[in-house]
Amino acid sequence: MGLLSRKVTCNSHGQDSSYFLGWQEYEKNPYDEFLNPKGIIQMGLAENQLSFDLLESWLAKNPGVSAFEKDGKSIFRELALFQDYHGLPVFKKALVDFMAEIRGNKVAFDPSGIVLFAGSTSANEALMFCLADQGDAFLLPTPYYPGFDRDLKWRTGAEIVPIQCTSSNNFQITESALQRAYEDAQKRNLTVKGVLVTNPSNPLGTSMSRNELNLLVDFISDKADMHLISDEIYSGTVFDSPAFVSVAEILKDRNLTKDSESDVGNRVHVVYSLSKDLGLPGFRVGAIYSENDTVVAAATKMSSFGLVSSQTQYLLSAMLGDKKFTRNYISENQQRLKRRQKMLVSGLQKAGISCLKSNAGLFCWVDMRHLLQSSTFEAEMELWKKMVYDVRLNISPGSSCHCTEPGWFRLCFANMSEDTLDLAMKRLKAFVAESTGSRSRRSIHSSGKRKSLTKWVFRLSSRDREQEDR
Amino acid sequence: MGLEIESNHLLSNIAVNGKHGENSAYFDGWKAYERDPFHPKNNPQGVIQMGLAENQLCFDLIEEWIRNHPEASICTPEGLRHFRDVAIFQDYHGLPKFRKGVANFMSKARGGKVKFDEDRILMSGGATGANELVMFCLADPGDAFLIPAPYYPAFPRDLCWRTRAQIIPVHCDSSNNFKITRAALEAAYVKAQEDKVNVKGLLITNPSNPLGTTLDRETLKSVVQFINENNIHLVCDEIYAATVFNSSSFVSISEIIQDMEFCNKDLIHIVYSLSKDMGLPGFRVGIVYSNSDKVVNNGRKMSSFGLVSSQTQHMLAEMLSDDDFVEKYLAESSRRLAQRHSVFTKGLEKVGIACLPSNAGLFCWMNLRSMLKEQTLEGEMMLWRMIVDDVKLNVSPGSSFNCLEPGWFRVCFANMDEETVDVAVKRIQDFVGKETKKPVKGKNDQGLNLRVSFSSRRFDETVLSSPQMISPHSSAHSPLVKAT
Repeated sequence: MGLLSRKVTCNSHGQDSSYFLGWQEYEKNPYDEFLNPKGIIQMGLAENQLSFDLLESWLAKNPGVSAFEKDGKSIFRELALFQDYHGLPVFKKALVDFMAEIRGNKVAFDPSGIVLFAGSTSANEALMFCLADQGDAFLLPTPYYPGFDRDLKWRTGAEIVPIQCTSSNNFQITESALQRAYEDAQKRNLTVKGVLVTNPSNPLGTSMSRNELNLLVDFISDKADMHLISDEIYSGTVFDSPAFVSVAEILKDRNLTKDSESDVGNRVHVVYSLSKDLGLPGFRVGAIYSENDTVVAAATKMSSFGLVSSQTQYLLSAMLGDKKFTRNYISENQQRLKRRQKMLVSGLQKAGISCLKSNAGLFCWVDMRHLLQSSTFEAEMELWKKMVYDVRLNISPGSSCHCTEPGWFRLCFANMSEDTLDLAMKRLKAFVAESTGSRSRRSIHSSGKRKSLTKWVFRLSSRDREQEDR
Repeated sequence: MGLEIESNHLLSNIAVNGKHGENSAYFDGWKAYERDPFHPKNNPQGVIQMGLAENQLCFDLIEEWIRNHPEASICTPEGLRHFRDVAIFQDYHGLPKFRKGVANFMSKARGGKVKFDEDRILMSGGATGANELVMFCLADPGDAFLIPAPYYPAFPRDLCWRTRAQIIPVHCDSSNNFKITRAALEAAYVKAQEDKVNVKGLLITNPSNPLGTTLDRETLKSVVQFINENNIHLVCDEIYAATVFNSSSFVSISEIIQDMEFCNKDLIHIVYSLSKDMGLPGFRVGIVYSNSDKVVNNGRKMSSFGLVSSQTQHMLAEMLSDDDFVEKYLAESSRRLAQRHSVFTKGLEKVGIACLPSNAGLFCWMNLRSMLKEQTLEGEMMLWRMIVDDVKLNVSPGSSFNCLEPGWFRVCFANMDEETVDVAVKRIQDFVGKETKKPVKGKNDQGLNLRVSFSSRRFDETVLSSPQMISPHSSAHSPLVKAT
């Protein structure tokens, strides 16, 4: 008999994957402009650090909130005691209004359909517990967020079956890929309980087309007990066309919501969080939105395991309740993300690297296939190690996102200053130049004369690099 | 029929199996309170909430500290400079200063007799999340934990619902003041093995909910010996540690194992929270402390599912590192709880109602056995309904704590002001007085004329089985919930 549970003794938390190993290397040698200019630049962290000043200035203008005051009276006691899993009503109202605002007010959400959780990590896991029994499966398009292996499978015992997406059509979900995944699951004797998509996508940085969304809704429509979960955690980061289309909008347009006779609306659920749009991952604010009362009831009880701190609910209810502020924030934040993405894209271009055309997210999906020694995942790992240890950029290899094509990497752009991004691009450019140089060097037959030529070229390029690092 | 089957498969078994336990009587009394809540001015005849184990006695001390330390908040002008670093901080190790503060507080709450390693402190979503996390680390589906009964009604949800583990109650009774005996543990363990149930550990709550008593040194030693000999885990829920009226009377498990060299410390885990000791359930500060490296490392990864808000961590880091405040708080909190307990129990004694002698907690374990018409669960339920509907006190019946000896009720006293305590005591006194004056068919064994006549009452079974969507911690009358 094992002393500890199987969850603990096997490594199903998934945190030994390269996604997390890169973090460890970064922790050992983190870049700092002054203290450690040769350190590793963290490009593996999808954080939004671009708009804190907007939040800080709002706080500076609204001191009452911090003093636990409402209408001049202290509400500390009430907040300290408030652990109702229905959540603070004024916060849920502000949250649904914010979510609607992000969607251009094309849809509205009912606060009673919101269940609050300590982060979308907790929300996603709870939703799995509500919808899937041990051994049931959810279909997920690849590439997907590496944390899903932990969040959806670890303690729930559920399975993930990939919907293979490829660069041939910009990684969009196709009907045949969906069907193939479904059949794969059935071959493995897995009951498929639904499909989970992230829209906008992590790691692609693209928002889903109406076609894809309709395809997904059609897919679950005619299958009993099939759910569609749309993780819209990046919905507020859409900075370019096409405009964001939420699954909620599709349901509304096709008259499939609660009010209609169809039961499809009963089987579609949205997950949200303030960690990306507002850049507040520390505050642990996640939510499930569902029109299915039974799901809401079960999820609400489960939220006891991860409620949102009442002081945080209160702070954010005031902030998000300020509509002037939220309107301005959403727009300004998106503009900053757009500028920053452009910086990354052009920096990559200068290094001869292209990426998937993206309109959202805090990262780009970068095509480094041409830098691989061979079109294999071993070669991808080799390139990744070079990136981390030699170029000193922690980027996320596509394999950690379960991508089927080797050579793709996710690079984050919103968690650092412009100068740091600039430096990262310079390092990358130098690396590519050197790699290209060494590739052409390999094609030269060795001779003494050429060896000295080789050394001279190498010395020249490395000197350039040192100058730039300063 | 077909549609019903379909809807059974639409959601998971866990979602529909009702094992969240929120249909129990423990939550039923809330309905009466929700409908008709007591208010000294606006509704003096309303139901007084005595089923909520909250500590409302020392908010003034905390509020004063917050007023004097604006830099502890990330929203004030003084603290704003910390805002972005705190807002971005989602490291599951937790803010180092927060962990240090918690370790410091835990140590001081135990009279400084033990020190806690801040690197073994894990965060979780309240003690609710902490207990579930520990179970996920220690038990596989189907595995069992022994738990002395009576126990906290939400343990089936916290320990079994999503983990799929099971509880084996070890029933205690008043014959020895509900103490846990080695013999009882052995018997339960042996029976489990006969039933081919895999016992992974023992969970004790010390101080006890609902008893309000602390375990003595001998019992704790005996418990440690028991788990050690059988190589099973010991989880100590010490959530009420600082509610001990006289801190020197509290012996924590950490103190016991300090002196037991032969004990395998990897088997010992502590669950803690600031919800009771500091009265901050809304802030969701749950803690798991384990002596096992493997549990710490894996439990830490699991804590991602219920991290403490960094805003809250930051504030508490400052507060709990303030030694002067912590010492003053712990002393004053104990004093106020002791006083409240004394007022309440003395009031009950005046009419011959005894409580289990207790030295901790936010409640009393009240003995109303002599008032039962019959010494059965039904008898207890009938008396309970009378207390809720006629005396207008929401108390918790012992059966909701899985107590097999009928007639015991948990009555909370720290979630109200002094005036309300007086009203509650008076109502009990009047009720008992009225009942003793009623003609009864015969005296009970103890010769007290406390047998209540139920000829006019009908037992309403539907009340107990109606599913509620009221939160166990519903605050429908909190000013925060009123429509704005």
